Amino acid sequence: MDMRTRQGSNTEHPIIELCDADQPLIAAIQRGLPLTSRPYNTIAEQIGWSEEAVIQRIEALQQGGIIKRLGVIVRHRELGYRANAMVVWDVPDNEVAELGRCLSGFEFVTLCYRRPRHLPQWSYNLFCMIHGRDREAVMDKFNLMIESCGLEDIPKAVLFSRRRFKQRGALYRPSPTTQTGESSR
Amino acid sequence: MMPNMEQQKVQSLDKLEQSLLNDFQQGFPLSPTPFAEMAEQLGVSEEQVISKLEKLQSHGAVSRVGPVFRPHAVGASTLAAMSVPESRLEEVAEQVNSFDAVNHNYEREHKLNLWFVATAANEEKLQQVLQEIEATTGIEVIALPMLEDYHIDLGFDLQWT
Repeated sequence: MDMRTRQGSNTEHPIIELCDADQPLIAAIQRGLPLTSRPYNTIAEQIGWSEEAVIQRIEALQQGGIIKRLGVIVRHRELGYRANAMVVWDVPDNEVAELGRCLSGFEFVTLCYRRPRHLPQWSYNLFCMIHGRDREAVMDKFNLMIESCGLEDIPKAVLFSRRRFKQRGALYRPSPTTQTGESSR
Repeated sequence: MMPNMEQQKVQSLDKLEQSLLNDFQQGFPLSPTPFAEMAEQLGVSEEQVISKLEKLQSHGAVSRVGPVFRPHAVGASTLAAMSVPESRLEEVAEQVNSFDAVNHNYEREHKLNLWFVATAANEEKLQQVLQEIEATTGIEVIALPMLEDYHIDLGFDLQWT
């Protein structure tokens, strides 16, 4: 099916750390690159760096694992992926890493995190996001995950989304080009 | 569930749009003229690539062309959940949305029915935002910060059918 092999681990320590000098760059790119012929140059002019310095630093941040990927960020719902579900599992603490790696191997899993429990309201400690064209497609994927990773006996829940009240990129730093409302997605 | 309008939108995407959406989720060129480089790969002009991306962005299919940061590499963030009485859900969602630190906010099918992500420059500011949300709404905010990330982000393989 649509299972893509992924290799490596995402939990290795980064080779580099962010420094204060990176702050203007982060602020300038967090909302996306400008759609200009020379976007890095546009950013360079905004923050007073050279174009080359902007490119080199973004490359270093990527190699150091601070930037996970650089590219087109799509919005699933607008592309016909109407159903999105947060699938959560209550896994023994000593098995969570192994199961996390198993679940994150699926191409349709877009996030896979360990998080704390918060008893009594919340007993689940492993979270995955999955997207599908409809509920049935999401449930098929959910069942495939259970089967492939041997999760039949693990307490679990599927939290489909109903309404989306907000979705946009995170703002890590006050943005020089702060926009509001709909245009800020 | 009425997928018709969405389906129509998806089906009306042309080959160039599909390729821009699916094939450039990672590995965006780090050359001075990245869109020209993409255009060359696609056999179209730089202007076409830029104007298509502008269109996809204005229609909402593209959130942005840019970086995805590793969680906690930049600033502090957390997923948080609230159990909101049905009758107050829209009002509370709006109150939560009004915080600039909140970037995602969804209603989900659970007793904990409002789920949002908040991001701030540091842990102290993040905690402050969560406290302010509690004070504004009068509802407990349960913070569930990421402890470990198992996912390698390769983007999402869109399937056009």
